[in-house]
Amino acid sequence: MTETAPKISLKDVRRAFGPKVVLDGLNLDVGVGESVVVIGGSGTGKSVMLKCILGLLQADSGSIEVDGEQTVGCSASDRERINHKFGMLFQSGALFDSLPVWHNVSFGLLAQKRVSIEEAKEIAITKLAQVGLNADVADLSPSELSGGMQKRVGLARAIAADPEIIFFDEPTTGLDPIMADVINDLIVKTTREVGATGLSITHDMASARKIADRIAMLYEGKIIWAGPVADIDHSGNEHVDQFINGRADGPIKMAVRA
Amino acid sequence: MNFVRLIGGFFIGFLAATGRLTLFASTAVSHVIRPPFYFRILGKQMVEIGFYSLPVVGLTAIFAGMVLALQSYTGFSRFSAEGAVADVVVLSITRELGPVLAGLMVAGRIGASLAAEIGTMRVTEQIDALTTLSTNPMKYMVAPRLVAGFLVFPPLVLVADIIGVFGGYIVAVYKLGFNPNTYLQRTFDILETGDVTSGLVKAAVFGFIVTLMGCYHGYNSKGGARGVGTATTNAVVSASILILCFDYILTEMFFSK
Repeated sequence: MTETAPKISLKDVRRAFGPKVVLDGLNLDVGVGESVVVIGGSGTGKSVMLKCILGLLQADSGSIEVDGEQTVGCSASDRERINHKFGMLFQSGALFDSLPVWHNVSFGLLAQKRVSIEEAKEIAITKLAQVGLNADVADLSPSELSGGMQKRVGLARAIAADPEIIFFDEPTTGLDPIMADVINDLIVKTTREVGATGLSITHDMASARKIADRIAMLYEGKIIWAGPVADIDHSGNEHVDQFINGRADGPIKMAVRA
Repeated sequence: MNFVRLIGGFFIGFLAATGRLTLFASTAVSHVIRPPFYFRILGKQMVEIGFYSLPVVGLTAIFAGMVLALQSYTGFSRFSAEGAVADVVVLSITRELGPVLAGLMVAGRIGASLAAEIGTMRVTEQIDALTTLSTNPMKYMVAPRLVAGFLVFPPLVLVADIIGVFGGYIVAVYKLGFNPNTYLQRTFDILETGDVTSGLVKAAVFGFIVTLMGCYHGYNSKGGARGVGTATTNAVVSASILILCFDYILTEMFFSK
């Protein structure tokens, strides 16, 4: 953890869906320029945590601060302003299939009317080059791209507006190991180039080890362990050990029906 | 006791659904009047809803006019009142059949398409992506479609009126042996401005209903392909029912004495 004020700070965040409590007093700080990866099993609330920070879901209680500014219960205009700081790579890519690739990449810039259409296309081609795609794909439709290429376009879109904070939602899910490693390298390279703070969620340990400065583990709605990536193998936490080694036996019990 | 509970639960569910729809509609309308405005999307939607619906609406209108002429002739000839065929055709088409049939046909075509498009965007996280790109989905997706539906339905129905009356004219003149000049004269004599404008007001309301229901059900769809399918069905069914309800309400407003 850095000693300066955290870029993102979650304190005692709670969120439930009916009787099911997903986030149960979650605490997490992400320092400026730091890359934090939150790991945890499926359905432990990683995506819900991310959606609460992005304002896609409202936390029931607790505090979520971005640059010291409270975002829980903020107005729509404040939320829009805060979201200008964010870039997001979705698990599914979430590319707009009605728009060509270049428009997808520069969508945020055009929506904020920061550039003309010609400039937007130029920026899009530059960003596509940063993620290893050539200008030929700029005019293609997202449906014409492979899964790996769609992830790269999603990454180009996430960094297009040079955001201060980039979120990665399971960035390597559904990719073969080589393409997953390519995406991991691109995430490290592009976030460093942009100088952004990164917050990722994943259950892919290879990805977590590669892109994280610090890893935190989410279990039963709480962060049960957080520390530098180098400490993950001797965390002293049984839950973390079971998770990173992928063992069926241990304190984490999966609900399996016979 | 269970029966009463069932009725109560149904009624509360109905009120909650009405409240959610009203809230959705008022939020969308508030975005219509606040910048930024997405004129390119508005233009695209006007072409999609208006221009591309012309064939299906035109075909529906011409056959409705033709059948109306045939049926009314069969009935009126029993009382030697064949001359009233032109009156029935033009008044039925402009006041009722033009807007209602166009509304129902476009509910099937556009309501389903909007619900499927927006529903797919919902389940593939594209709507969430809009929010993270500092773009309000209601303003970007819903408001332009509502405005497009409201604006293009009246001209669409006007065209349907003309085609429907023309269909009645063809049957009356070429099958039933009416004098063309007399038929047209009778058509224009009976028709009043209020007959056409009431139909066009209905059209604007129906256009709003069709696009609202398509957007609402698509925006709130859940799950995967099944959720989108359910949203599409609900959009068409609810739009069709609301069109028939509002047709009665508007007819009461315009024509009750």
